[in-house]
Amino acid sequence: MSDLAAPAAPSRRSFFRWRPEQQWEAYLFILPSLLGFLLFVFLAVSISFGISFVDWGLTGPRGFVGLANYRELLRDPVFARTAGNTLFYIVTIVPFQLILGLLMAIALNQAIRGTELFRMIYFLPVVTAIVAGAIVFRLLLARNGPVNDALGWLGGTIGLDVRLPDLLGSARYSKWSVVLLTLWKNTGFTMVVYLAALQGVPPELVDAAKVDGAGAWQRLRNVTIPMISPSTFFLFVLQTIGAFQLFTEPFVMTRGGPAQSSMPVVQYIYQNAFQYTRMGKASAIAWFLFIFIFGFTLIQNRMQQRWVHYETE
Amino acid sequence: MRPNEAGRSLFGRVVLYVLLILGGLIMLAPFVVMVVVSLWPNTAFMARRFPLDQITLANYVETFRVLPFGRYFINSAFVTVTVTIGQILIASLAAFAFARLRFRGREAIFLLYLATLMIPSQVTLIPNFLIIRNLGWYDTYAALIVPGLFSALSTFLLRQFYRSIPIDLDDAARIDGASSLRIWGQIMLPLSRPIMAALAVFAFQASWNDFLWPLVVTGTDQMRTIPIGLSYFVGQYATAWNLLMAGSVIALLPVLILYLLAQKTFVQGITMSGMGGR
Repeated sequence: MSDLAAPAAPSRRSFFRWRPEQQWEAYLFILPSLLGFLLFVFLAVSISFGISFVDWGLTGPRGFVGLANYRELLRDPVFARTAGNTLFYIVTIVPFQLILGLLMAIALNQAIRGTELFRMIYFLPVVTAIVAGAIVFRLLLARNGPVNDALGWLGGTIGLDVRLPDLLGSARYSKWSVVLLTLWKNTGFTMVVYLAALQGVPPELVDAAKVDGAGAWQRLRNVTIPMISPSTFFLFVLQTIGAFQLFTEPFVMTRGGPAQSSMPVVQYIYQNAFQYTRMGKASAIAWFLFIFIFGFTLIQNRMQQRWVHYETE
Repeated sequence: MRPNEAGRSLFGRVVLYVLLILGGLIMLAPFVVMVVVSLWPNTAFMARRFPLDQITLANYVETFRVLPFGRYFINSAFVTVTVTIGQILIASLAAFAFARLRFRGREAIFLLYLATLMIPSQVTLIPNFLIIRNLGWYDTYAALIVPGLFSALSTFLLRQFYRSIPIDLDDAARIDGASSLRIWGQIMLPLSRPIMAALAVFAFQASWNDFLWPLVVTGTDQMRTIPIGLSYFVGQYATAWNLLMAGSVIALLPVLILYLLAQKTFVQGITMSGMGGR
Protein backbone atom coordinates (compact mmCIF):
# COMPACT_ATOMS: atom_id res chain seq x y z
CA MET A 1 0.00 0.00 0.00
CA SER A 2 2.88 2.31 0.72
CA ASP A 3 4.14 2.54 -2.81
CA LEU A 4 0.78 3.15 -4.43
CA ALA A 5 1.40 6.81 -5.10
CA ALA A 6 3.90 6.96 -7.92
CA PRO A 7 6.44 9.77 -8.12
CA ALA A 8 5.43 12.84 -10.08
CA ALA A 9 5.81 12.70 -13.82
CA PRO A 10 9.03 14.21 -15.15
CA SER A 11 9.25 17.49 -17.05
CA ARG A 12 6.46 18.96 -15.00
CA ARG A 13 7.43 22.41 -16.18
CA SER A 14 6.97 21.89 -19.89
CA PHE A 15 3.79 19.97 -19.11
CA PHE A 16 2.08 23.15 -18.01
CA ARG A 17 3.54 25.52 -20.55
CA TRP A 18 0.35 25.74 -22.52
CA ARG A 19 -2.16 25.83 -19.80
CA PRO A 20 -3.35 28.12 -17.05
CA GLU A 21 -2.76 27.55 -13.35
CA GLN A 22 -6.29 26.42 -12.81
CA GLN A 23 -8.21 24.40 -15.36
CA TRP A 24 -11.78 24.67 -14.21
CA GLU A 25 -13.08 22.02 -16.56
CA ALA A 26 -11.15 19.50 -14.45
CA TYR A 27 -13.91 19.59 -11.85
CA LEU A 28 -16.41 18.57 -14.49
CA PHE A 29 -14.22 15.63 -15.41
CA ILE A 30 -14.05 14.33 -11.86
CA LEU A 31 -17.61 15.32 -10.92
CA PRO A 32 -19.44 12.07 -11.76
CA SER A 33 -16.80 9.99 -10.06
CA LEU A 34 -16.52 12.27 -7.04
CA LEU A 35 -20.28 12.30 -6.45
CA GLY A 36 -20.29 8.52 -6.46
CA PHE A 37 -17.43 8.31 -4.00
CA LEU A 38 -18.92 10.92 -1.70
CA LEU A 39 -22.20 9.03 -1.57
CA PHE A 40 -21.26 5.36 -1.69
CA VAL A 41 -17.95 5.48 0.12
CA PHE A 42 -17.48 8.53 2.32
CA LEU A 43 -21.06 9.02 3.41
CA ALA A 44 -21.44 5.24 3.66
CA VAL A 45 -18.42 4.83 5.92
CA SER A 46 -19.68 7.60 8.18
CA ILE A 47 -23.14 6.06 8.36
CA SER A 48 -21.68 2.67 9.10
CA PHE A 49 -19.58 4.09 11.89
CA GLY A 50 -22.57 5.91 13.36
CA ILE A 51 -24.89 2.92 13.18
CA SER A 52 -22.41 0.75 15.02
CA PHE A 53 -23.24 2.77 18.16
CA VAL A 54 -26.98 2.46 17.69
CA ASP A 55 -29.47 -0.28 18.43
CA TRP A 56 -31.68 -0.29 15.37
CA GLY A 57 -33.84 -2.79 13.54
CA LEU A 58 -34.52 -0.86 10.31
CA THR A 59 -37.96 0.19 11.52
CA GLY A 60 -38.73 1.61 14.90
CA PRO A 61 -36.68 3.90 17.05
CA ARG A 62 -32.92 4.19 17.00
CA GLY A 63 -31.36 4.29 20.39
CA PHE A 64 -27.80 5.38 21.02
CA VAL A 65 -26.18 2.58 22.95
CA GLY A 66 -22.54 3.62 22.98
CA LEU A 67 -20.18 0.69 22.78
CA ALA A 68 -22.86 -1.86 23.66
CA ASN A 69 -22.82 -3.47 20.20
CA TYR A 70 -19.08 -3.97 20.41
CA ARG A 71 -19.28 -5.22 23.96
CA GLU A 72 -22.01 -7.65 23.01
CA LEU A 73 -19.76 -9.11 20.32
CA LEU A 74 -17.05 -9.89 22.82
CA ARG A 75 -19.54 -12.04 24.70
CA ASP A 76 -21.28 -13.48 21.64
CA PRO A 77 -20.35 -17.18 21.19
CA VAL A 78 -21.55 -17.18 17.57
CA PHE A 79 -19.31 -14.23 16.76
CA ALA A 80 -16.40 -16.06 18.37
CA ARG A 81 -17.22 -19.17 16.36
CA THR A 82 -17.49 -17.33 13.04
CA ALA A 83 -14.31 -15.38 13.76
CA GLY A 84 -12.59 -18.67 14.51
CA ASN A 85 -13.87 -20.09 11.21
CA THR A 86 -12.51 -17.11 9.30
CA LEU A 87 -9.19 -17.55 11.05
CA PHE A 88 -9.24 -21.20 10.04
CA TYR A 89 -9.82 -20.21 6.42
CA ILE A 90 -6.90 -17.79 6.54
CA VAL A 91 -4.39 -20.22 8.02
CA THR A 92 -5.36 -23.02 5.64
CA ILE A 93 -6.16 -21.30 2.36
CA VAL A 94 -3.25 -18.85 2.29
CA PRO A 95 -0.32 -21.26 2.75
CA PHE A 96 -1.87 -24.03 0.63
CA GLN A 97 -2.54 -21.58 -2.14
CA LEU A 98 0.95 -20.09 -2.07
CA ILE A 99 2.62 -23.49 -2.15
CA LEU A 100 0.36 -25.00 -4.81
CA GLY A 101 0.51 -21.85 -6.93
CA LEU A 102 4.31 -21.80 -6.75
CA LEU A 103 4.57 -25.49 -7.65
CA MET A 104 2.27 -24.97 -10.63
CA ALA A 105 4.28 -21.95 -11.73
CA ILE A 106 7.59 -23.80 -11.45
CA ALA A 107 6.18 -26.71 -13.45
CA LEU A 108 4.93 -24.35 -16.16
CA ASN A 109 8.20 -22.43 -16.26
CA GLN A 110 10.01 -25.41 -17.76
CA ALA A 111 10.94 -25.61 -21.41
CA ILE A 112 8.32 -28.10 -22.48
CA ARG A 113 5.53 -28.08 -25.01
CA GLY A 114 1.96 -27.26 -24.12
CA THR A 115 2.52 -24.91 -21.19
CA GLU A 116 0.07 -22.40 -22.71
CA LEU A 117 -2.66 -25.02 -22.70
CA PHE A 118 -2.04 -25.96 -19.07
CA ARG A 119 -1.88 -22.32 -18.05
CA MET A 120 -5.22 -21.73 -19.77
CA ILE A 121 -6.78 -24.68 -17.95
CA TYR A 122 -5.38 -23.77 -14.53
CA PHE A 123 -6.66 -20.23 -14.86
CA LEU A 124 -10.13 -21.31 -15.98
CA PRO A 125 -11.68 -21.52 -12.49
CA VAL A 126 -10.55 -17.95 -11.73
CA VAL A 127 -13.03 -16.57 -14.23
CA THR A 128 -15.82 -18.95 -13.21
CA ALA A 129 -18.82 -17.63 -11.30
CA ILE A 130 -18.33 -18.59 -7.66
CA VAL A 131 -21.96 -19.65 -7.40
CA ALA A 132 -21.58 -22.14 -10.24
CA GLY A 133 -18.39 -23.45 -8.63
CA ALA A 134 -20.05 -23.76 -5.24
CA ILE A 135 -23.01 -25.67 -6.68
CA VAL A 136 -20.86 -28.15 -8.55
CA PHE A 137 -18.73 -28.69 -5.43
CA ARG A 138 -21.91 -29.45 -3.49
CA LEU A 139 -22.43 -32.22 -5.97
CA LEU A 140 -18.79 -33.35 -6.15
CA LEU A 141 -18.15 -33.48 -2.41
CA ALA A 142 -21.44 -35.04 -1.36
CA ARG A 143 -20.94 -38.21 0.65
CA ASN A 144 -22.06 -40.29 -2.31
CA GLY A 145 -20.78 -37.84 -4.88
CA PRO A 146 -18.42 -38.31 -7.80
CA VAL A 147 -15.27 -37.55 -5.78
CA ASN A 148 -15.97 -40.38 -3.38
CA ASP A 149 -16.97 -42.60 -6.31
CA ALA A 150 -13.55 -42.02 -7.79
CA LEU A 151 -11.71 -42.38 -4.49
CA GLY A 152 -13.68 -45.53 -3.67
CA TRP A 153 -12.68 -47.04 -6.99
CA LEU A 154 -9.05 -46.00 -6.47
CA GLY A 155 -9.07 -47.36 -2.95
CA GLY A 156 -10.64 -50.58 -4.19
CA THR A 157 -7.73 -51.22 -6.50
CA ILE A 158 -5.18 -50.82 -3.71
CA GLY A 159 -7.36 -52.36 -1.03
CA LEU A 160 -7.72 -49.28 1.17
CA ASP A 161 -10.65 -47.04 2.01
CA VAL A 162 -9.46 -43.59 0.95
CA ARG A 163 -12.89 -42.03 0.65
CA LEU A 164 -13.41 -38.60 2.14
CA PRO A 165 -15.61 -38.15 5.18
CA ASP A 166 -18.91 -36.35 4.73
CA LEU A 167 -17.35 -32.92 4.10
CA LEU A 168 -20.56 -30.97 3.60
CA GLY A 169 -22.70 -32.56 6.25
CA SER A 170 -20.43 -32.77 9.27
CA ALA A 171 -19.61 -29.91 11.59
CA ARG A 172 -16.13 -31.29 11.94
CA TYR A 173 -15.11 -31.18 8.29
CA SER A 174 -17.41 -28.65 6.61
CA LYS A 175 -14.74 -25.96 6.59
CA TRP A 176 -12.53 -28.20 4.47
CA SER A 177 -15.08 -28.21 1.68
CA VAL A 178 -14.82 -24.42 1.59
CA VAL A 179 -11.02 -24.66 1.59
CA LEU A 180 -11.08 -27.10 -1.33
CA LEU A 181 -13.46 -24.94 -3.35
CA THR A 182 -11.40 -21.80 -2.73
CA LEU A 183 -8.16 -23.53 -3.68
CA TRP A 184 -9.70 -24.81 -6.90
CA LYS A 185 -11.09 -21.39 -7.68
CA ASN A 186 -8.13 -19.13 -6.87
CA THR A 187 -4.87 -21.03 -7.19
CA GLY A 188 -4.68 -20.20 -10.89
CA PHE A 189 -4.35 -16.54 -10.00
CA THR A 190 -1.44 -17.25 -7.65
CA MET A 191 0.16 -19.33 -10.37
CA VAL A 192 -0.03 -16.53 -12.94
CA VAL A 193 1.54 -14.02 -10.55
CA TYR A 194 4.32 -16.45 -9.60
CA LEU A 195 4.95 -17.35 -13.21
CA ALA A 196 5.57 -13.70 -14.05
CA ALA A 197 7.90 -13.44 -11.05
CA LEU A 198 9.85 -16.57 -12.04
CA GLN A 199 10.37 -15.21 -15.52
CA GLY A 200 11.93 -12.15 -13.94
CA VAL A 201 14.62 -14.11 -12.07
CA PRO A 202 17.94 -13.51 -13.89
CA PRO A 203 19.25 -16.83 -15.31
CA GLU A 204 22.83 -15.79 -14.46
CA LEU A 205 22.03 -16.05 -10.78
CA VAL A 206 20.72 -19.57 -11.09
CA ASP A 207 23.67 -20.56 -13.28
CA ALA A 208 26.14 -19.06 -10.84
CA ALA A 209 24.60 -21.09 -8.02
CA LYS A 210 24.83 -24.18 -10.19
CA VAL A 211 28.51 -23.57 -10.89
CA ASP A 212 28.99 -23.31 -7.15
CA GLY A 213 27.53 -26.78 -6.86
CA ALA A 214 24.07 -25.96 -5.53
CA GLY A 215 21.51 -28.68 -6.18
CA ALA A 216 18.03 -28.05 -7.55
CA TRP A 217 16.50 -27.77 -4.09
CA GLN A 218 19.25 -25.42 -2.86
CA ARG A 219 18.86 -23.22 -5.92
CA LEU A 220 15.14 -23.04 -5.30
CA ARG A 221 15.56 -22.41 -1.60
CA ASN A 222 18.43 -19.93 -1.72
CA VAL A 223 18.08 -18.19 -5.08
CA THR A 224 14.61 -18.46 -6.55
CA ILE A 225 12.48 -18.10 -3.43
CA PRO A 226 14.31 -15.00 -2.16
CA MET A 227 14.18 -13.47 -5.62
CA ILE A 228 10.41 -13.86 -5.89
CA SER A 229 9.72 -12.82 -2.29
CA PRO A 230 8.08 -9.52 -3.35
CA SER A 231 5.43 -11.56 -5.15
CA THR A 232 5.08 -13.85 -2.16
CA PHE A 233 4.57 -10.86 0.07
CA PHE A 234 1.99 -9.34 -2.21
CA LEU A 235 0.10 -12.62 -2.65
CA PHE A 236 0.23 -13.29 1.08
CA VAL A 237 -1.34 -9.93 1.90
CA LEU A 238 -3.87 -10.12 -0.90
CA GLN A 239 -5.02 -13.63 -0.08
CA THR A 240 -5.21 -13.01 3.61
CA ILE A 241 -7.48 -10.03 2.97
CA GLY A 242 -9.47 -12.18 0.55
CA ALA A 243 -9.86 -14.92 3.16
CA PHE A 244 -11.03 -12.35 5.71
CA GLN A 245 -13.77 -11.41 3.25
CA LEU A 246 -14.86 -14.92 2.28
CA PHE A 247 -18.62 -15.14 1.92
CA THR A 248 -20.14 -16.58 -1.25
CA GLU A 249 -18.37 -19.95 -1.18
CA PRO A 250 -19.74 -21.15 2.17
CA PHE A 251 -23.01 -19.25 1.74
CA VAL A 252 -23.93 -21.18 -1.39
CA MET A 253 -22.21 -24.48 -0.70
CA THR A 254 -22.91 -25.18 2.98
CA ARG A 255 -25.12 -22.22 3.96
CA GLY A 256 -22.55 -21.75 6.70
CA GLY A 257 -23.58 -24.99 8.33
CA PRO A 258 -24.02 -27.45 9.71
CA ALA A 259 -24.52 -25.57 12.98
CA GLN A 260 -22.48 -22.54 11.88
CA SER A 261 -19.43 -24.76 11.56
CA SER A 262 -18.41 -23.24 8.23
CA MET A 263 -19.91 -19.77 8.65
CA PRO A 264 -17.40 -16.96 8.12
CA VAL A 265 -17.59 -13.58 9.83
CA VAL A 266 -18.96 -11.88 6.73
CA GLN A 267 -21.93 -14.22 6.67
CA TYR A 268 -22.59 -13.34 10.29
CA ILE A 269 -22.64 -9.68 9.25
CA TYR A 270 -25.13 -10.58 6.55
CA GLN A 271 -27.26 -12.58 8.97
CA ASN A 272 -27.41 -9.85 11.58
CA ALA A 273 -28.20 -7.15 9.07
CA PHE A 274 -30.63 -8.86 6.74
CA GLN A 275 -32.12 -11.74 8.68
CA TYR A 276 -32.22 -10.47 12.26
CA THR A 277 -32.29 -6.80 11.10
CA ARG A 278 -29.79 -5.82 13.75
CA MET A 279 -28.10 -3.08 11.79
CA GLY A 280 -26.06 -1.75 14.69
CA LYS A 281 -24.58 -5.08 15.64
CA ALA A 282 -23.89 -5.97 12.00
CA SER A 283 -22.05 -2.67 11.51
CA ALA A 284 -20.01 -3.27 14.64
CA ILE A 285 -18.89 -6.64 13.23
CA ALA A 286 -17.99 -4.94 9.95
CA TRP A 287 -15.80 -2.49 11.86
CA PHE A 288 -14.14 -5.30 13.74
CA LEU A 289 -13.34 -6.85 10.39
CA PHE A 290 -12.02 -3.55 9.06
CA ILE A 291 -9.78 -3.03 12.05
CA PHE A 292 -8.39 -6.55 11.73
CA ILE A 293 -7.68 -6.16 8.02
CA PHE A 294 -6.18 -2.73 8.54
CA GLY A 295 -4.03 -3.89 11.43
CA PHE A 296 -2.89 -6.92 9.49
CA THR A 297 -1.89 -4.82 6.48
CA LEU A 298 -0.03 -2.38 8.70
CA ILE A 299 1.90 -5.09 10.52
CA GLN A 300 2.75 -6.78 7.25
CA ASN A 301 4.06 -3.57 5.76
CA ARG A 302 6.33 -3.20 8.77
CA MET A 303 7.51 -6.77 8.68
CA GLN A 304 8.17 -6.96 4.99
CA GLN A 305 11.66 -5.48 5.29
CA ARG A 306 12.63 -8.53 7.29
CA TRP A 307 11.89 -11.16 4.72
CA VAL A 308 11.15 -9.50 1.42
CA HIS A 309 14.12 -9.10 -0.85
CA TYR A 310 13.95 -6.15 -3.24
CA GLU A 311 16.30 -5.58 -6.11
CA THR A 312 18.02 -2.20 -6.12
CA GLU A 313 15.31 0.40 -5.74
CA MET B 1 15.18 -18.93 -13.78
CA ARG B 2 15.99 -20.36 -17.17
CA PRO B 3 13.05 -22.46 -18.22
CA ASN B 4 14.83 -25.66 -19.04
CA GLU B 5 15.82 -27.53 -15.93
CA ALA B 6 13.40 -30.40 -15.67
CA GLY B 7 12.96 -30.34 -19.42
CA ARG B 8 16.41 -31.80 -19.97
CA SER B 9 16.07 -35.45 -19.13
CA LEU B 10 13.41 -37.68 -20.59
CA PHE B 11 12.52 -38.94 -17.13
CA GLY B 12 12.09 -35.40 -15.81
CA ARG B 13 9.87 -34.56 -18.72
CA VAL B 14 7.62 -37.57 -18.22
CA VAL B 15 7.21 -36.86 -14.51
CA LEU B 16 6.43 -33.25 -15.26
CA TYR B 17 3.78 -34.11 -17.83
CA VAL B 18 2.16 -36.64 -15.54
CA LEU B 19 1.92 -34.01 -12.80
CA LEU B 20 0.67 -31.30 -15.15
CA ILE B 21 -1.97 -33.56 -16.65
CA LEU B 22 -3.08 -34.69 -13.21
CA GLY B 23 -3.41 -31.06 -12.13
CA GLY B 24 -5.25 -30.23 -15.32
CA LEU B 25 -7.70 -33.07 -14.76
CA ILE B 26 -8.42 -31.85 -11.22
CA MET B 27 -9.01 -28.31 -12.47
CA LEU B 28 -11.21 -29.48 -15.33
CA ALA B 29 -13.17 -32.18 -13.50
CA PRO B 30 -15.79 -29.82 -12.04
CA PHE B 31 -16.51 -28.42 -15.51
CA VAL B 32 -16.75 -31.89 -17.01
CA VAL B 33 -19.11 -33.07 -14.27
CA MET B 34 -21.18 -29.93 -14.72
CA VAL B 35 -21.59 -30.41 -18.46
CA VAL B 36 -22.17 -34.18 -18.28
CA VAL B 37 -24.79 -33.99 -15.53
CA SER B 38 -26.52 -31.14 -17.37
CA LEU B 39 -26.88 -33.20 -20.55
CA TRP B 40 -28.56 -36.30 -19.12
CA PRO B 41 -31.76 -36.90 -17.15
CA ASN B 42 -31.34 -36.94 -13.38
CA THR B 43 -31.87 -40.69 -13.32
CA ALA B 44 -28.72 -41.11 -15.39
CA PHE B 45 -26.70 -39.26 -12.77
CA MET B 46 -28.29 -41.24 -9.94
CA ALA B 47 -27.38 -44.50 -11.67
CA ARG B 48 -23.98 -43.12 -12.73
CA ARG B 49 -24.70 -44.37 -16.23
CA PHE B 50 -24.70 -41.99 -19.13
CA PRO B 51 -25.81 -43.86 -22.26
CA LEU B 52 -25.20 -41.78 -25.37
CA ASP B 53 -28.72 -42.23 -26.68
CA GLN B 54 -30.13 -40.42 -23.64
CA ILE B 55 -28.26 -37.15 -24.24
CA THR B 56 -30.74 -34.31 -24.14
CA LEU B 57 -31.00 -30.57 -23.93
CA ALA B 58 -34.26 -30.90 -22.03
CA ASN B 59 -32.60 -29.80 -18.77
CA TYR B 60 -31.71 -26.47 -20.29
CA VAL B 61 -35.25 -25.97 -21.53
CA GLU B 62 -36.58 -27.06 -18.15
CA THR B 63 -34.34 -24.58 -16.29
CA PHE B 64 -35.94 -21.76 -18.23
CA ARG B 65 -39.38 -23.20 -17.45
CA VAL B 66 -39.13 -23.69 -13.66
CA LEU B 67 -37.16 -20.47 -13.16
CA PRO B 68 -37.41 -17.08 -14.83
CA PHE B 69 -33.94 -17.78 -16.10
CA GLY B 70 -34.45 -15.67 -19.21
CA ARG B 71 -35.23 -12.73 -16.99
CA TYR B 72 -32.18 -13.40 -14.81
CA PHE B 73 -30.05 -13.58 -17.91
CA ILE B 74 -31.34 -10.27 -19.28
CA ASN B 75 -30.84 -8.64 -15.87
CA SER B 76 -27.30 -9.94 -15.58
CA ALA B 77 -26.43 -8.94 -19.12
CA PHE B 78 -27.91 -5.44 -18.83
CA VAL B 79 -26.34 -4.74 -15.44
CA THR B 80 -22.95 -6.13 -16.42
CA VAL B 81 -22.70 -4.24 -19.70
CA THR B 82 -23.87 -0.96 -18.16
CA VAL B 83 -21.56 -1.26 -15.16
CA THR B 84 -18.57 -2.16 -17.32
CA ILE B 85 -18.98 0.68 -19.81
CA GLY B 86 -20.05 3.22 -17.20
CA GLN B 87 -17.32 2.37 -14.75
CA ILE B 88 -14.54 2.61 -17.33
CA LEU B 89 -15.89 5.89 -18.76
CA ILE B 90 -16.34 7.56 -15.38
CA ALA B 91 -12.96 6.34 -14.19
CA SER B 92 -11.32 7.44 -17.40
CA LEU B 93 -12.71 10.99 -17.17
CA ALA B 94 -11.54 11.36 -13.58
CA ALA B 95 -8.20 9.70 -14.27
CA PHE B 96 -7.60 12.12 -17.14
CA ALA B 97 -8.19 15.10 -14.86
CA PHE B 98 -5.96 13.66 -12.15
CA ALA B 99 -3.19 12.89 -14.61
CA ARG B 100 -3.25 15.74 -17.10
CA LEU B 101 -5.16 18.75 -15.79
CA ARG B 102 -4.23 21.29 -13.21
CA PHE B 103 -6.68 22.21 -10.49
CA ARG B 104 -6.78 23.07 -6.86
CA GLY B 105 -7.23 20.10 -4.55
CA ARG B 106 -6.02 17.61 -7.10
CA GLU B 107 -3.53 15.78 -4.90
CA ALA B 108 -5.79 15.85 -1.85
CA ILE B 109 -8.79 14.43 -3.69
CA PHE B 110 -6.65 11.78 -5.32
CA LEU B 111 -5.27 10.73 -1.96
CA LEU B 112 -8.84 10.30 -0.73
CA TYR B 113 -9.49 8.00 -3.67
CA LEU B 114 -6.45 5.95 -2.79
CA ALA B 115 -7.57 5.73 0.83
CA THR B 116 -10.84 4.14 -0.25
CA LEU B 117 -8.88 1.18 -1.65
CA MET B 118 -8.24 0.19 1.97
CA ILE B 119 -11.90 0.01 2.93
CA PRO B 120 -13.36 -3.48 2.70
CA SER B 121 -16.69 -3.63 0.92
CA GLN B 122 -18.31 -5.20 3.99
CA VAL B 123 -18.07 -1.87 5.80
CA THR B 124 -20.02 -0.05 3.12
CA LEU B 125 -22.49 -2.89 2.49
CA ILE B 126 -25.04 -1.99 5.16
CA PRO B 127 -24.99 1.81 4.75
CA ASN B 128 -25.18 1.47 0.98
CA PHE B 129 -28.18 -0.77 1.36
CA LEU B 130 -29.77 1.93 3.56
CA ILE B 131 -28.86 4.67 1.07
CA ILE B 132 -30.38 2.68 -1.79
CA ARG B 133 -33.52 2.06 0.26
CA ASN B 134 -33.86 5.74 1.11
CA LEU B 135 -33.43 6.70 -2.53
CA GLY B 136 -36.34 4.37 -3.30
CA TRP B 137 -34.06 2.21 -5.44
CA TYR B 138 -34.48 -1.10 -3.62
CA ASP B 139 -35.08 -3.89 -6.14
CA THR B 140 -34.40 -1.72 -9.20
CA TYR B 141 -31.74 -1.66 -11.89
CA ALA B 142 -30.42 1.55 -10.36
CA ALA B 143 -29.57 -0.33 -7.17
CA LEU B 144 -27.72 -2.99 -9.12
CA ILE B 145 -25.89 -0.58 -11.39
CA VAL B 146 -25.17 2.80 -9.80
CA PRO B 147 -22.93 1.78 -6.87
CA GLY B 148 -20.88 -0.35 -9.28
CA LEU B 149 -20.03 2.61 -11.49
CA PHE B 150 -17.35 3.98 -9.21
CA SER B 151 -14.05 2.19 -8.99
CA ALA B 152 -11.05 3.72 -7.27
CA LEU B 153 -8.90 0.96 -8.68
CA SER B 154 -9.84 1.62 -12.32
CA THR B 155 -9.33 5.35 -11.76
CA PHE B 156 -5.94 4.77 -10.20
CA LEU B 157 -4.71 2.38 -12.91
CA LEU B 158 -5.91 4.64 -15.72
CA ARG B 159 -4.30 7.67 -14.11
CA GLN B 160 -0.98 5.83 -13.96
CA PHE B 161 -1.32 5.00 -17.62
CA TYR B 162 -2.26 8.52 -18.70
CA ARG B 163 0.76 9.90 -16.89
CA SER B 164 3.02 7.73 -19.01
CA ILE B 165 1.79 9.25 -22.27
CA PRO B 166 4.14 11.99 -23.54
CA ILE B 167 2.96 15.46 -22.58
CA ASP B 168 3.92 16.85 -25.98
CA LEU B 169 0.81 15.26 -27.42
CA ASP B 170 -1.41 17.41 -25.21
CA ASP B 171 0.65 20.49 -25.80
CA ALA B 172 0.54 20.10 -29.57
CA ALA B 173 -3.21 19.58 -29.49
CA ARG B 174 -3.72 22.59 -27.25
CA ILE B 175 -1.74 24.81 -29.61
CA ASP B 176 -4.12 23.68 -32.30
CA GLY B 177 -6.96 24.82 -30.07
CA ALA B 178 -8.22 21.46 -28.83
CA SER B 179 -10.26 21.47 -25.63
CA SER B 180 -9.60 19.14 -22.71
CA LEU B 181 -12.60 17.05 -23.67
CA ARG B 182 -11.25 16.67 -27.16
CA ILE B 183 -7.80 15.70 -25.91
CA TRP B 184 -9.43 13.08 -23.70
CA GLY B 185 -11.64 11.71 -26.45
CA GLN B 186 -9.26 11.84 -29.38
CA ILE B 187 -5.85 11.26 -27.82
CA MET B 188 -6.21 9.54 -24.47
CA LEU B 189 -9.03 7.12 -25.25
CA PRO B 190 -7.49 5.69 -28.42
CA LEU B 191 -4.06 5.39 -26.80
CA SER B 192 -5.40 3.66 -23.72
CA ARG B 193 -7.43 1.06 -25.57
CA PRO B 194 -5.37 -1.95 -24.38
CA ILE B 195 -5.49 -1.02 -20.70
CA MET B 196 -9.17 -0.10 -20.96
CA ALA B 197 -9.85 -3.49 -22.50
CA ALA B 198 -8.05 -5.20 -19.61
CA LEU B 199 -9.96 -3.17 -17.04
CA ALA B 200 -13.22 -3.73 -18.87
CA VAL B 201 -12.71 -7.47 -18.88
CA PHE B 202 -12.03 -7.40 -15.16
CA ALA B 203 -15.10 -5.24 -14.50
CA PHE B 204 -17.19 -7.49 -16.71
CA GLN B 205 -16.38 -10.72 -14.92
CA ALA B 206 -16.53 -9.08 -11.49
CA SER B 207 -19.97 -7.67 -12.22
CA TRP B 208 -21.29 -10.83 -13.86
CA ASN B 209 -20.09 -12.98 -10.96
CA ASP B 210 -20.98 -10.49 -8.21
CA PHE B 211 -23.01 -12.02 -5.43
CA LEU B 212 -23.31 -10.20 -2.11
CA TRP B 213 -24.50 -6.82 -3.38
CA PRO B 214 -27.24 -8.09 -5.74
CA LEU B 215 -28.27 -10.53 -3.01
CA VAL B 216 -28.85 -7.63 -0.65
CA VAL B 217 -30.61 -5.14 -2.95
CA THR B 218 -32.92 -7.43 -4.91
CA GLY B 219 -36.13 -8.86 -3.56
CA THR B 220 -38.05 -10.28 -6.52
CA ASP B 221 -37.40 -12.51 -9.50
CA GLN B 222 -37.92 -9.47 -11.70
CA MET B 223 -34.56 -8.05 -10.59
CA ARG B 224 -32.45 -11.04 -9.63
CA THR B 225 -29.26 -11.71 -11.53
CA ILE B 226 -28.14 -15.20 -12.52
CA PRO B 227 -25.94 -15.92 -9.48
CA ILE B 228 -28.71 -14.89 -7.08
CA GLY B 229 -31.38 -16.79 -8.98
CA LEU B 230 -29.16 -19.86 -8.99
CA SER B 231 -28.50 -19.69 -5.26
CA TYR B 232 -32.26 -19.58 -4.57
CA PHE B 233 -32.65 -22.48 -6.95
CA VAL B 234 -30.25 -24.51 -4.79
CA GLY B 235 -32.54 -23.97 -1.83
CA GLN B 236 -35.63 -25.12 -3.71
CA TYR B 237 -34.33 -27.94 -5.88
CA ALA B 238 -31.39 -29.20 -3.85
CA THR B 239 -31.30 -32.58 -5.58
CA ALA B 240 -32.37 -31.67 -9.10
CA TRP B 241 -28.74 -31.89 -10.11
CA ASN B 242 -29.44 -31.98 -13.82
CA LEU B 243 -31.24 -28.64 -13.64
CA LEU B 244 -28.74 -27.10 -11.21
CA MET B 245 -25.87 -28.05 -13.48
CA ALA B 246 -27.64 -26.72 -16.55
CA GLY B 247 -28.19 -23.45 -14.70
CA SER B 248 -24.55 -23.34 -13.64
CA VAL B 249 -23.38 -23.89 -17.21
CA ILE B 250 -25.55 -21.00 -18.36
CA ALA B 251 -24.20 -18.84 -15.53
CA LEU B 252 -20.58 -19.30 -16.46
CA LEU B 253 -20.86 -19.54 -20.24
CA PRO B 254 -20.66 -15.82 -21.16
CA VAL B 255 -17.52 -15.15 -19.14
CA LEU B 256 -16.01 -18.44 -20.27
CA ILE B 257 -16.53 -17.58 -23.94
CA LEU B 258 -15.04 -14.15 -23.40
CA TYR B 259 -12.07 -15.76 -21.64
CA LEU B 260 -11.44 -18.20 -24.46
CA LEU B 261 -11.67 -15.39 -27.03
CA ALA B 262 -9.50 -12.85 -25.24
CA GLN B 263 -7.36 -14.96 -22.96
CA LYS B 264 -4.40 -12.62 -22.80
CA THR B 265 -6.46 -9.53 -22.03
CA PHE B 266 -8.29 -11.53 -19.40
CA VAL B 267 -5.25 -12.74 -17.54
CA GLN B 268 -3.73 -9.29 -17.78
CA GLY B 269 -6.88 -7.57 -16.54
CA ILE B 270 -7.38 -9.89 -13.61
CA THR B 271 -3.77 -9.90 -12.45
CA MET B 272 -3.40 -6.15 -12.92
CA SER B 273 -6.60 -5.36 -11.04
CA GLY B 274 -6.02 -8.07 -8.47
CA MET B 275 -2.61 -6.64 -7.79
CA GLY B 276 -3.96 -3.14 -7.44
CA GLY B 277 -1.41 -1.92 -9.94
CA ARG B 278 1.54 -2.80 -7.77
